Parts: sequence; structure tokens; C-alpha cells
Amino acid sequence: MPLSKDEVHRIAELARLKLSEEEERVFGGQLSAILDYVELLKELDVSAVLPMTHALAAGEAAPLREDAVRPSLSADEALANAPAREGTCFKVPRIIE
Amino acid sequence: MSAADLLGASLLELSRVLAAGEASSREVTEAALARIERLDPKLGAFLEVTAEEARREADAADARARRGERRGPLDGVPLALKDIFLTRGVETTAGSRILEGFVPPYDATVVERLKAAGAVLLGKLNMDEFAMGSSNENSAFFPCHNPWDLARTPGGSSGGSAAAVAARLAFGTLGTDTGGSVREPAAFCGVVGLKPTYGRVSRYGVIAFASSLDQVGPLARTVADAAALLGAVAGRDERDMTSSARPVDDYLARIEDGARGLRIGVPREWLEAGVEAGVAERVREALAAYERLGASLVEISLPHTKYGIAAYYLIAPAEASSNLARYDGVRYGLRVKGDQGLREMYGETRRAGFGQEPKRRIMLGTYALSAGYYDAYYLRAQKVRTLLRQDFDRAFERCDLVAGPVAPTVAFRLGEKVDDPLQMYLADVFTVTCNLAALPGLALPCGLHPREGLPVGLQLIGRPFDEATLFRAGRALERELPALPPPKGLERVAP
Repeated sequence: MPLSKDEVHRIAELARLKLSEEEERVFGGQLSAILDYVELLKELDVSAVLPMTHALAAGEAAPLREDAVRPSLSADEALANAPAREGTCFKVPRIIE
Repeated sequence: MSAADLLGASLLELSRVLAAGEASSREVTEAALARIERLDPKLGAFLEVTAEEARREADAADARARRGERRGPLDGVPLALKDIFLTRGVETTAGSRILEGFVPPYDATVVERLKAAGAVLLGKLNMDEFAMGSSNENSAFFPCHNPWDLARTPGGSSGGSAAAVAARLAFGTLGTDTGGSVREPAAFCGVVGLKPTYGRVSRYGVIAFASSLDQVGPLARTVADAAALLGAVAGRDERDMTSSARPVDDYLARIEDGARGLRIGVPREWLEAGVEAGVAERVREALAAYERLGASLVEISLPHTKYGIAAYYLIAPAEASSNLARYDGVRYGLRVKGDQGLREMYGETRRAGFGQEPKRRIMLGTYALSAGYYDAYYLRAQKVRTLLRQDFDRAFERCDLVAGPVAPTVAFRLGEKVDDPLQMYLADVFTVTCNLAALPGLALPCGLHPREGLPVGLQLIGRPFDEATLFRAGRALERELPALPPPKGLERVAP
């Protein structure tokens, strides 16, 4: 089932990816081929199967630690890689149109 | 033995030499740095060499050795890290332009643990962008080559990690394995690689790809070296909720116990499923060697094997699309200015920063999770995952471990599969099930392909948290089979 051009465009919008027309065309074809391949899973009756929602067996995960205040990164360290900052804030372009 | 000759030694052999004071860490580190400088321009294993830090760490290790305060087997040993592990003060990119110039403010837990063990870190290794790939050709910077044949891929995504070990540029490395990214490159480069049980190693500070599948694993020249590395990094970390509180075994304690009495499951689906003839031949010989060693072979069935790739290529991209949402040009990494405000900036940044494979997987994952498709794709794949795990649970009632090939072929040529992502994905058929079922898997060399002369890898899969049995079985085979010759694509060092 080939993905339509509009559908590819809509997925790119959802993913906040700006794609060129060429990329949309190529991905459309490749994604359609991959989606055709995964149709294989429809052979299986999974109506009575529970999904594996955790890769770690129950009781295996590390117990929760006490919710106490601890030293953490300083604002300067946390902001050191920011493309733009102002004071102790990340600076972003205009949000409200 | 000269320091340059020592580069041919295993990690634990070097460790004994350092402990005996027969060589210094600084000498061996200088030899490794010189070899990297000479050979890596052809190989492309390193994205960054941290020579000054390495020299400092080596000198500190030598000072400890002189005071009689060596910290253990890794003290003073030159290692290197896939560029997916955060390293305080050292650029970390995950092989992506979107993280170019990113300098982490903290170390990953595994990096902390290696440093605490006294290891010398030589630098950051090449990889497929965000660990997405099976050939290292998706690195945004430059491809990595296979030391056995520079026209071939080293495998991926931890291609640099495998190539560096095979080329004797480091005594061991860490990689990550989401669908085979430690085991496949280990097999292609003729080294040992382990994907531990999900939860065995902390992922704090490891750049996330698919969080229900990702696991950190060692690559090394020998099984015992890999065991020593796992022992140093494994165990509970309160900063990673998914790290297990289970005590860590002493992996070296029973590693020489041999294969006698082990029941090795051979899945009938695996040697049928399109394994190239020369690979199948070497795998069958390895199984015959196990019988000579007193193990028994048990035919088992993993009937859902053929659904593994389909389930994996829904779950991994879905989780990736969520994990990669954080690269938005706000907190770190690339920002491309958009004139139309925030949303434009997101789109332009991600367009310019991500390569084709992350984009493809973000698209696939976004689609699989989008309204109306979740049940048909992600949820169904998670149910198939349960079936895959049940296959193994049933098999482990009759055997102690499962054996088969790592990959259906030896290392393929650079460029051979880049235009056909689905063909590239199908090469993961024997490795993804291990991640989907959250089990440990060990890849180790089982000889050279009879016609192509390239390494073939055997894969051993164990019960959850039973890495010790994998190491023991792997070591038994390593002792039984002739050692691989040094890789023929590069200048050699004494073995």
C-alpha cells in the first residue's frame, strides 16, 4: 500500500522535519516498501497475547531512591551548549504567531 | 617485548605486564597513539583522539603502579569509546551533525566506572548516526573501513569500536547494541562482542536510540577481555531506573570451566533462513567442536524468528522518533535560524542536522505511532515481542544456551546496500531477536570464510543475566579453535 504524497507530507509535519520534495518522494517509496514488509505481522493471531511493555522482568528494576534534593548541574553548565541563551534561560525564536 | 609489540597482546595479558612492571602504561599508550596516527587515516575508526588526556591518565596509572596501588585489571589499559557515551569536556556527537560541537557537562556512568577502574581513554569512535545502521556508512562524518579488507564495511552501528579492536588500536572498547550493533561489527571484524541482558549495564549518559532495546556492551580481542570489561561497567545505577539491582557475577571465576555438560540449542529456523553457505559451514564446524568438548546439541525451534525484523523495525523507529524529538535546536547542538518563528526553526534545524537514516526512521516511527495506527503497528509489534520471548523461554527448558550465526554473510562491501534500506535491515535477522527478548548475546569469531577469507561470527544467546555461561562457553570454543591471523588489510603487529 503506497503512502500518498499528502500522507508523507503530513508525517513530516508531525515529526517537525522539513523535507525537500525529492526526500518526500524517496521516503514515500522506501516507507511504503517497509510498511509492506511489516504486514507480515498480520499473519499472527495476537488477540490473546499481552504486549511486552517492559523489557525488564517485574521486580528486576532498581528500586526508587528517596526523593531528596542533591547537587546537580549549575545553570551555567546546563546552558553551556545552548545555541542561544539569555540570563539563566534558553532563548528561542518567537512562539506566538 | 617492545611497547609496540605489546599492542598485539590481549587486554588481560597487557594487564599482567603492567602489574609486573615490565612496561609502563605511558609506553603502551604512546605506542597506541602512534599506531592510531599512522593507520587510522585509512581506517576511520576514531572521530576524535584525546591524546593529551590519555597521556595524563597513563601517567597517573603508572604512578599508582609504582605505589603498589593498581586498581585492578583495567588500570593503565588503553581503551576507547563509541561516540555515543557522554564524556565530560570531550565532544560527543553520536555520529550526527546535529550534535556537532556538543561538549557534555558530565560523564556517562560507564565512563565514570572505566575511569574509576584506572582505564586510559584514547578517544571517541566512529558509528552510524544515532546508532542507526549495520555498516557504519551512516556516520555523518566519514565511513569506517574493515581492517580485514578496506573496501568492506566493519559492520555497524559500533563499526569504529570493532575496527579499533581488530586493528590493535585499543585493547577494548565499549559499544551499544539495539538490534545487533555490537555483535554484527564484532563478527565482521573478527573480535568478541557482547550484548548484555537488558538492565545489566547502566545507560545513564548514553545517547538514547530505542530505550526498550538499547544496551551497552564490550568489544575485545578475547572472551576473557570482554568479561573483564563487563565486570567493570555492569551493575545497578540509581540514575538509571532500568538498571537491575541484581548482584554482578564474577565473570572470570568460572570462565575456564569448559563446555562439558552444556546443552546447546540449535534453532532449526536459523540455518535454514538464507545463511550464506560458507558462513553456515563455519557455524556447523563450531557446533561440532562443542560436541568434541563434551557439550550436547539439542535441536530447538524458535518459530517466531521470521517476525523479528518486522517487529524490530516498528518498535525501534517508534521509540527513536520519540527519543530524537529532543534535538530541536533549543538546549544543545545545531540551530538553523528560521525567519518564521519557533516551528520554522525546529523544521529547518532537523532538516539540516539529521542524515537520511535518522530521518527515515523518525518518519517510520512517527507514522507507526500516529493516531489510528498505534494498535496496528506498535502494539501488535509489542505482542509479537512477547511471542519471541516465549520461544526462548520454552527453548531454555531444554538447553542452557542457543547457538547460531551472528549474520547471514561476512562483511559486505561499502556501498553495496546503501540504496536499499530494507535489504540493510534484513541483515539483522539473527541479532534483533536477542534485543526484543531482552536476552544476552555473545558474538565470537569461529574461523575465516572458506572462500572470502573474512571472519565469521558465532552467536551464543543465554538466559537473562546468565552472561557467565556465555563467557564460559565462548572461552571453551576460543581455546579449541585456532586463533584468527591478524587482519590482512593493515600493517600487522606481532600477535
